Amino acid sequence: MCGITGIYSFNGSDTLSLDTLKRMTAVMQYRGPDEAGIYIDSFVGLGHARLSIIDLCSGTQPIHNEDKTMWIIYNGEVYNYPELREKLVQKGHTFYTTSDTEVILHLYEEKGPACLDDLNGQFALAIWDSKKRELFLARDRIGIRPLYYTRYKDTLIFASEVKSIFMVDEIPRQIDPVAMDQIFTFWTTLPGVSIFKDICELPPGHYLRAAHGKVSINKYWDIPFYPRHEQVDLSPAEISEKIHELLLDAVRIRLRADVPVGAYLSGGLDSSGVTSLVVQNFNSDVRTFGIRFEEDAFDEGKYQNRMVFFLKANHKEIMATNDEIGESLNNVIWHCEKPLLRTAPVPLFLLSKLVRQSGIKVVLTGEGADEIFGGYNIFRETKVRRFWARQPDSTMRPGLIGQLYPYIFDNPRLKRMLESFFGMGLDQFDDPLFSHLVRWENTGKIKTFFSDELKAAIGSYDGYEQVKESLPDGYAGWDTLSRAQYLETSLFLSNYLLSSQGDRVAMANSIEIRLPYLDPRLMEFMGRVPSKWKILGLNEKHILKKSFQGILPDDIVNRAKHPYRAPIEQSLFSGKALESVHDMLSETSLSNAGLFDPAKVNRLKNKLINGGEASETDNMALVGILSSQMVARDYIDDFSSRTENVIDKLPRTVIFDRKNKTDYVGVKNAD
Amino acid sequence: MSNIETIRGFVVENFLFGDGEQLTDDMSFLENGIIDSTGILEVISFLEETYGISIQDDELVPENLDSINNIAVFVENKLALVPDSQERHVG
Repeated sequence: MCGITGIYSFNGSDTLSLDTLKRMTAVMQYRGPDEAGIYIDSFVGLGHARLSIIDLCSGTQPIHNEDKTMWIIYNGEVYNYPELREKLVQKGHTFYTTSDTEVILHLYEEKGPACLDDLNGQFALAIWDSKKRELFLARDRIGIRPLYYTRYKDTLIFASEVKSIFMVDEIPRQIDPVAMDQIFTFWTTLPGVSIFKDICELPPGHYLRAAHGKVSINKYWDIPFYPRHEQVDLSPAEISEKIHELLLDAVRIRLRADVPVGAYLSGGLDSSGVTSLVVQNFNSDVRTFGIRFEEDAFDEGKYQNRMVFFLKANHKEIMATNDEIGESLNNVIWHCEKPLLRTAPVPLFLLSKLVRQSGIKVVLTGEGADEIFGGYNIFRETKVRRFWARQPDSTMRPGLIGQLYPYIFDNPRLKRMLESFFGMGLDQFDDPLFSHLVRWENTGKIKTFFSDELKAAIGSYDGYEQVKESLPDGYAGWDTLSRAQYLETSLFLSNYLLSSQGDRVAMANSIEIRLPYLDPRLMEFMGRVPSKWKILGLNEKHILKKSFQGILPDDIVNRAKHPYRAPIEQSLFSGKALESVHDMLSETSLSNAGLFDPAKVNRLKNKLINGGEASETDNMALVGILSSQMVARDYIDDFSSRTENVIDKLPRTVIFDRKNKTDYVGVKNAD
Repeated sequence: MSNIETIRGFVVENFLFGDGEQLTDDMSFLENGIIDSTGILEVISFLEETYGISIQDDELVPENLDSINNIAVFVENKLALVPDSQERHVG
């Protein structure tokens, strides 16, 4: 796993300097601490920070084709590279490394952008065709690996992380008001943008081509769902069998590495299933890692221990204390590069640190299963609300909501009020966004804290309209669950979970995550499975549970779903974080950043300090405001001082200087 | 201060963070997203503490709690049933 960065100067300007490329690479050195590589010619500079996982000796990037006219930098893994390589060798391509990187380059030579259809993996890449003077950028189907770009004057600048782009001094650094509106509604930015004005994200499943001053972006893949008549007519038993087979192969190829591969183990169905497949088929001594919490409401220790005992796993865990979560939030925001409405990324950051300290670079995780197999409560909620909407006056139907949220409904006194809450908007069942409107409306309330200036800058922008316009052809013909799955996957999984709870918090400690549930073959197959089998009655992930029978203990398969969450108010409004929280939320800090209304934030602060119990909304507001303040301070005001000496972090660097026709190995910044 | 003003003050301070200009006395909290699914707990504690009333399970329904007016009527009815508490807690 690695970091990539680069500049394409359409006119071959002088701003393209080796020093800038070094700084752009060095600032995300944690993505690839093992070595660095830089390519530079009159038009293009490419930088690469490498975490060596496959072909440890000769896989140094950038990598070139036979006649050195094409160069690639690449962050990721393509798991089916041995099979692809064999075909390319038969076609006469010669290889000078055993890496997957070189396979992609030759495949691109062979097929152009269509090569992406053949890749099963997680990646962000850049290929420079020096003959055509064309730059090709691409991102994996679902967005496991990040890639940002911006156009500035006659240049295109891109990188795995925004901070690398900001190392080019001329690039303006501003918070984008519309992106703030998106995060404070959808919990994340929508595809294609970042929290920073004019810094774009290449959306998942897209590629970009730049040549002669022109930039074009194309979609090559979308999350597969089908109308009923195009779905499979197999029995649940046959479907589960097929899933078992596909998942086993997805795990098998994700163990391909020249370093040991570990696994995250939470005690939930998804990570337990993956780890069991590893232990029972490939590596009985796999290292596993888990998170523990101080409070029972968050902790899954009982089930985690159950799995450790069952698998006889070589397991390590961290205790994510409230104190540590509060203290680490700022560092996590530096890595996530966007405001968050949750503290849940923090424990994952602490966990990857433990993995690194244990000498492991790669872990399998269970992320993606809830989206693909229908695991989230929002899916079941949608199903119940759809059922309820057919008879809105029913007194029995709303009772089903209580079964979905036992932790909210644990106070029986609130039953009627809560049911009324979930009964809002039942008449909107034909709205394409029906499944998510309750969540988004509820979240959107925290926009009340926005300052008047921010509200004015957002103007009449309507995020719902933007989402509706971006929906794929055929969406209207899918059933309610498929639509909800599409929204959840394309918005929340790709833009939040895979980033803030995925790549960023793992790479912060130089850890690569691999996600078997997001194997494209598996997603394609599940897209054709009828919804009635995905959630049977109200039993979520029915197919996955069925396919794990006999592999996992029954109490793990049948346990109630435990949503992964982390404490918020307890972490931020007590202990070590308190002082810096006060500082970030002081009237001066708030007025400086100009994003929030200090008087309102003060009321929220007083409510929480005076022992008021924070509601879900208060908690979201608290983290949202605090993390926005951190982004504004660290990326706008203090960015230059924060990144002043990054070049010192550059490891051994190989430099291909095509301007001066010399290649050499630089030691730190001495050359 | 009238009950309506007291209740209004609480809702504006705790759920609208001071921004009460748009809030009318008959506005539904649920329909307008003023109080979320957990916020209702705060309302109940506030009413019980401020008015010294005890709210029964079957009284926790939108008809009693879903707007300033609904709450005010509900509280007045409750207080009428608990004559002793009226002088102690109101105002």
